[in-house]
Amino acid sequence: MQLIRRIALLLLLPLTAVAGVLPDDRADLMYHSYDGGGVTIDGPSLLVRKKFAEKYAVNASYYVDMVSSASIDVITTASPYQEERTQYGVGFEYLRGKVTYAASFSNSTENDYDADTASLSISQDMFGDLTTVALFFTRGWDDVTRRGDATFADQVDRRIYGVNVSQVATRNLILGLSFETITEEGFLNNPYRQVRFVDLDAALGYSYESELYPRTRTGNALALRARWYLPYRAALQADYRFYSDTWDINASTAEVAYTHPLDDAWTFDVHFRFYTQNAAEFYSDLFPREDFQNFLARDKELAAMQSQSLGFGVAYEFKPGRIEFLGKAAVNLKYDHIRFEYDDFRDLRTTGVAAGTEPLYQFDADVIRLFFSGWF
Amino acid sequence: MKTILRFPLAALLAALVAVAWSASATDGSPPAPEFKLVNRAGGEVSLASLKGQVVMINFWASWCGPCRQEFPALDQIYSKYKPMGFEMVGINVESEKSDAERFLGKTPVNFQILFDPDNKVSGNYGVSAMPTTFLVDRQGKLRWQHRAYKPGDEAKYIEQIREMLREKS
Amino acid sequence: MIPVRLLATALLLLAASGCSRLEPWVKPYERENIADPIMAWDSNPIASSYMQHVYESREGARGASGASGGGCGCN
Repeated sequence: MQLIRRIALLLLLPLTAVAGVLPDDRADLMYHSYDGGGVTIDGPSLLVRKKFAEKYAVNASYYVDMVSSASIDVITTASPYQEERTQYGVGFEYLRGKVTYAASFSNSTENDYDADTASLSISQDMFGDLTTVALFFTRGWDDVTRRGDATFADQVDRRIYGVNVSQVATRNLILGLSFETITEEGFLNNPYRQVRFVDLDAALGYSYESELYPRTRTGNALALRARWYLPYRAALQADYRFYSDTWDINASTAEVAYTHPLDDAWTFDVHFRFYTQNAAEFYSDLFPREDFQNFLARDKELAAMQSQSLGFGVAYEFKPGRIEFLGKAAVNLKYDHIRFEYDDFRDLRTTGVAAGTEPLYQFDADVIRLFFSGWF
Repeated sequence: MKTILRFPLAALLAALVAVAWSASATDGSPPAPEFKLVNRAGGEVSLASLKGQVVMINFWASWCGPCRQEFPALDQIYSKYKPMGFEMVGINVESEKSDAERFLGKTPVNFQILFDPDNKVSGNYGVSAMPTTFLVDRQGKLRWQHRAYKPGDEAKYIEQIREMLREKS
Repeated sequence: MIPVRLLATALLLLAASGCSRLEPWVKPYERENIADPIMAWDSNPIASSYMQHVYESREGARGASGASGGGCGCN
């Protein structure tokens, strides 16, 4: 399945370090699990970083998704499947004075999708180290194929330009601003997915045809964030992001997060995220007839939808006596519950009703991250 | 358009007058600002009481990675040059002692630690980076300023200390 | 348009920064709270990048979720 249309690049490690000091050497090993809407995906994730002479740093990552999918799309138009996706990444950083230069590369492979991503960034501290500005550029090359169809092969070309600004505002407040523009060209849809149209001759009252997408998409995202230090030693963060693209999708994301440390060892955090988007211009749950318009989509990801998540995390930090080279270690458990609600995507598992009157689809997902971290 | 250019131009001008990023010599050196701070034992230590010796003043905090990293090197320098008339004080800039004391418990040093919780002395010395190390000669004049720390910087400190130790009071 | 102006401002800041010695209103020795590990934008990149992936593969929007900076401002 097409898991990674634009995902590979997102697992690229954050390229920008606080210029002036490179982040500490560290290794993280994580078990991740997603369970929702008939889909379960879990697997390991490993991330290691090491610096040399306080000037150079290297990082490497390994990530696997083991997918078992009986999602609503799969159930109604195909049959449940299992699959695996593997991703490798490597990155380099060079710190010179107040400037950090970084480059990274990653490759993601599954049986019908191959993605290569390369990224460059430059980050600088300025104005008395109160401001950090980072610019980055990412390029992606994807190869798309289709299982069971040796004749199908296509590509996606991706370019991302972005700016991140971080500003210390007061002794207790940091502000952040991120702007990113993403342009993609090529085969941007899913070779297995189909749209439906009214067909009075069909048993269900509707029939299917292949989806057809534009071959370009450009999106812009702008995010503002603020993080406060609370006097009794806790942190509160608020984020807002606005997104808009050439498929007419406009989306808003708002998030609030609270971090509360207890003693030296325990840290608790809780966060709430709210997301809303309107449908893409060429999206419809049910087209009036076959070949209704130039572009056709019924991907619920492009529907008018909302999601709300509530998450909790707990971390325990300790000094592992037996392992000499680890100065510090931690165990982290994070859990998120997400509810997805669709305003114009219907649940086709309900049959025997007039086409277009099926109940609107919604589902809940549970996401777990359990990881061990070691600093050396 | 004009307002947009005004700021960077002013900044450029300021930069030309600014102190260089790495060590800088203050020729026609000014006297080091006087201070009177409390040490770990509760006693008061003043800069005047150290006159006649070469003094290294290191402004540090336990939350500052490079500061913590620098400490063992500073301790080594202190132990080696103390018999020759060298004194070192580590001025902690944190508002409360507890984190500093905890760090010193794990990384003990032989040189004196003084506390500047209201940051008056930090302000007088114009501390503009963490850590910042000042070198004061036997006559109480402020001779060298080192902003920031990277492993290997201690070689420069030693070179300057030895030069000042050779001078007369 | 917003994007061009914003990018231009960022570039201008970067250009001006090379020589700037603007007096910081939060002095380096006053950054105790900002340098606290709980004030990091992203304490666990391995977990946050995964979460970003979970959302971006199910929602239409993408991007602008990273941040860097803050910290002790040392060196």
